[in-house]
Amino acid sequence: MSVIALHPKQQPEANGAPATILTPSQSPVSAPAPLALSLRGITKRFGDKTVLDGIDLDIPQGQFVAVIGKSGCGKSTLLRILAGLDSPTSGTLTVAGGNASERRSRIMFQEPRLLPWARIGRNVEVGLTGIAKGEVARDLSLQILQEVGLADRAEEWPSVLSGGQKQRVALARALVAHPFILALDEPLGALDALTRIEMQQLLERIWQQQHFTAVLVTHDVAEAVALADRVVVIDEGRIALDLAIPLARPRRHGSAETARLEGQILDRLFGRG
Amino acid sequence: MAKTATNTFARNLAGWLLPAALILVWEAASRTGLISESVIAPPSAVLAALIRLLASGELAENIGISTLRALSGFAIGGSIGFAFGLANGLSRLSRDLTDTTLQMVRNIPHLALIPLVILWFGIDEEAKLFLVALGVFFPIYVNTLLGIQGVDPQLVEMGRIYGMSRRQLFFHVILPGALPAIFVGLRYALGIMWLTLIVAETIAASSGLGYMAMQAREFLLIDVVILSILIYALLGKLADSLARLLERLTLQWHPAFQPA
Repeated sequence: MSVIALHPKQQPEANGAPATILTPSQSPVSAPAPLALSLRGITKRFGDKTVLDGIDLDIPQGQFVAVIGKSGCGKSTLLRILAGLDSPTSGTLTVAGGNASERRSRIMFQEPRLLPWARIGRNVEVGLTGIAKGEVARDLSLQILQEVGLADRAEEWPSVLSGGQKQRVALARALVAHPFILALDEPLGALDALTRIEMQQLLERIWQQQHFTAVLVTHDVAEAVALADRVVVIDEGRIALDLAIPLARPRRHGSAETARLEGQILDRLFGRG
Repeated sequence: MAKTATNTFARNLAGWLLPAALILVWEAASRTGLISESVIAPPSAVLAALIRLLASGELAENIGISTLRALSGFAIGGSIGFAFGLANGLSRLSRDLTDTTLQMVRNIPHLALIPLVILWFGIDEEAKLFLVALGVFFPIYVNTLLGIQGVDPQLVEMGRIYGMSRRQLFFHVILPGALPAIFVGLRYALGIMWLTLIVAETIAASSGLGYMAMQAREFLLIDVVILSILIYALLGKLADSLARLLERLTLQWHPAFQPA
């Protein structure tokens, strides 16, 4: 397995130039952010099928990481392990932070998974289960609904919302308790192209405000490059590419630089890299 | 707003147009001698019987007795069915232990037990309560179980991830998710409740609507027989309307119950 980390200052001049091989400790970052997540030798087997094969990954606090790969490459399994929904067959997962509330992680799925029988506001309050109740919970959920632009819909039923709006409510529910880590399992996969770009911008804005660590699983290379600080490509249960995306934000879709990075990732995905 | 109210009223009224027209045709047919008095009494005679029985207090008393029996039997059978539905929907162990037995019993038509019930309880209240309870048990049981099994597992997983306790998971996710199916069972059970009670009262009773109709048959009071049948229809409709009202109140979130 090769871990290739490209530091912003050491970008290869042209596509395909040899990358500097770095381990995280050798990273010439002046003051590296403390780690949010640290994976060591994470392996997951279902029966005799190995889905993840010794993944080593360090994610600094506040980083936006996109995990990309073909269907069935194990990226969703990796996310479920990160979010604590599944446990690895072997290997260790270390989550930094102090007490349980500081280490809180939330996951957002491809489906909004809203309770159809609860009004929008109540659905967001589900995110505060065991954390806040009553008036406090209502105020917090209204605040976060404001952030996603749906404050005026708090008293409506989920069935009247569009797909993109439902996913915004799901995002509000995931973020209302200010999680330390937000795991996103292709949350925009089912949306139309325009709504998806809108959601990407919303996600980026809220991430910049709240400073959580985000791990996004996606099959959309353009989305990964548009949102992430770093793209990790998973192939056959291993990390095939670990690429920094040093572009300034907000990023523009379709710029030459994003196209180059997208090309680099696609080449690796299809084994031409 | 006013227009919607008028529309709703008009639509409710539309459902009663056909029964009203049938009554008019029936009265006309009786008056002209097209239908003999000994086959079916004209609506006017049924109305007269209604007034007569209301004045003597006999009708109110029998309706009261029958309604009490129906509701008590429903409460007993419905709550046992609901409890088994919940238990078997939530616990695999409970389902493995009891579901096979319940499914076998379910396939016996409960009215086939009437001879046995008469041997056990005679024609006392217990006999009617037992039959009604048995009749309503199964629709409530089967639909509660189906409802709980049909709850979206993705929502249950979501509830768990967000740290809901078992109690919160039940009241916020499982029960509301099962409710539409439970209502189907409830409406079906209400129909079975009246059917069972009337059959039981017709065969073995000394009071109640079914008994009143059987007594009237003995004395060839065809108007009273017809009156009883019409009252069954009205009571059945009333029970169904109540269930629908409950449904509308509790399933407001459901797209089927939202104003278009």
